[in-house]
Amino acid sequence: MTRSLVLAEVVDGVLAPVTAQAVTAAVSLGGEVVLALVAQDPQSLVPDASLIGVTEIVTVAVPGSDRDHEQSLAAAAALVADVQPDQVIAGFTIRSSAFAAALGHKLDLGVITDAIAVYRDDSQNLVATRSIYAGRVRAHVVIDGARPGIVLVRPSIWEPADPGGSPVVRVLTVEIPTSRVRTIELVRPSGGVDLSSADVIFSIGRGAGSQENVANFAAMAAKLGVALGASRPIIDAGWLPAAHQVGQTGSTVKPRLYVAFGISGALHHLAGMQNSRTIVVVNSDRNAPLFDNADIGAIEDIHDVIEQLTLLA
Amino acid sequence: MKVLVCVTQTLEVSTYIELTPDGCAIDPAFATALVNEADLCAVEEALVLVEADGGGEVVLVSVGEEGAEQALRSALSLGPERAVRVWGEGVVLADTRSVAGALLACIESEAPDLVLTGVQSSDTGAQSVGPALAAMWGVACVPVGRRLSTSDSTLRLEREFEAGLVERVEVDLPALVTVQVGANTPRYGSFKDKMRAKKADISVVAPSTLPPSRITLTRMEAAPTGSGRSLELIEGGPSAVATRIMDLVREAQS
Repeated sequence: MTRSLVLAEVVDGVLAPVTAQAVTAAVSLGGEVVLALVAQDPQSLVPDASLIGVTEIVTVAVPGSDRDHEQSLAAAAALVADVQPDQVIAGFTIRSSAFAAALGHKLDLGVITDAIAVYRDDSQNLVATRSIYAGRVRAHVVIDGARPGIVLVRPSIWEPADPGGSPVVRVLTVEIPTSRVRTIELVRPSGGVDLSSADVIFSIGRGAGSQENVANFAAMAAKLGVALGASRPIIDAGWLPAAHQVGQTGSTVKPRLYVAFGISGALHHLAGMQNSRTIVVVNSDRNAPLFDNADIGAIEDIHDVIEQLTLLA
Repeated sequence: MKVLVCVTQTLEVSTYIELTPDGCAIDPAFATALVNEADLCAVEEALVLVEADGGGEVVLVSVGEEGAEQALRSALSLGPERAVRVWGEGVVLADTRSVAGALLACIESEAPDLVLTGVQSSDTGAQSVGPALAAMWGVACVPVGRRLSTSDSTLRLEREFEAGLVERVEVDLPALVTVQVGANTPRYGSFKDKMRAKKADISVVAPSTLPPSRITLTRMEAAPTGSGRSLELIEGGPSAVATRIMDLVREAQS
């Protein structure tokens, strides 16, 4: 029987949504699913982590923050030794990516990141599918079945596992080394923007052209009562605070309606919004990759469309 | 101070693509090759650091064949002193651990104070080479970094997390940082640098040992069109587009 070790994603002491999605990916492989909670107070996470399909929860109490990836590496290595899984599954996030490749090297295991599908083939090899080249290509990557593999799953691809399970809970004690990366200060984003729960998001990209245009766009979005998103270049230019960023290093969103203005659709952005229910793309460049992933498109100058929307708002 | 910057070539693919006969790569006729955007930010970060440090050297390294050579020449035009290409039997470009193992060969001969990579390649985005390389080299890794500065042998920088969270951290050198896309605006090199890059003598290093490859890229295929979505284009000009969007907004908000 196969056994999965799922490494929970803990952010600010709370279980992040990708954890329940990673559990679903693990459950799809069959067998036992062991969910590991590595946190300062892992016991407090047990109720939320008692998901249907989880056979056992292993808690590891650690001294440092959830941002300490050297701590995560030490805990994960001890967990693999203890649980002896056939596969290790975690979310493809900044926290997990910070240690997954190091874990693979330390334990001599294959690592596949940003998977959108995972399964065992006829020879019982672990296979993961990756979506690459701006979503235009699927790549199938195999980990030899003789050894465990590590797979990081893209957020918002799998449905979350439901609460209400009754797994066995046990404690694992791990000696944690002091991290070589020392925290000086934590800077939280300003603005109180919560894109993850919005029904409608209007996002603006490089096509905006100027800070003034972004400000006008933001005013229009506010008037319509829709959440304001942006792609990476807008944040880098300092035209909007980082909390508005949609994408792999921003927020992964899944609104009922996502309207992208002047966003070409780099892999980084696409991975953060591709599971929105309806996707509308407005861009003057018909070759923008985001059109491949849209339900509705308009090949128009975004400024003209934004002007018209402002009149209707 | 000596900074080694790892660069790679990425491909921007067209809407219609064909694969190479083995099904494991994009036919170059359907792609445009560029230096990875995040790697150029890493080069810029390195140049600024060395300037601020009052001297030193920025050395570029890339793993591969012609693609790596092209990426190195493009990145050299920003101003780094020299470039090294790593290639040899057994290097698997589709395996980030193998690429990291190849890069380690260059670290061993160059002995840099700091190694920078881009946070991820823009085309295949595994975010793995930097963390794997740091583990092999035995130094601390700070992923998704920006705003690097050094004093003596301490590196200070910001690292980013999802949703705009930033942590200011410090780490002792030597260390490895993966530089965030957009961390800075990479300079355009001078005409002199461009000419020098064109003619530069790029040495080739063969890795003596490589880690075993535990993953295999078996095949690629074009993604199903629109990832299961079928595109409907709105005609009729900006006002028709705006009206349709408003209808969708009202429907989604109800």
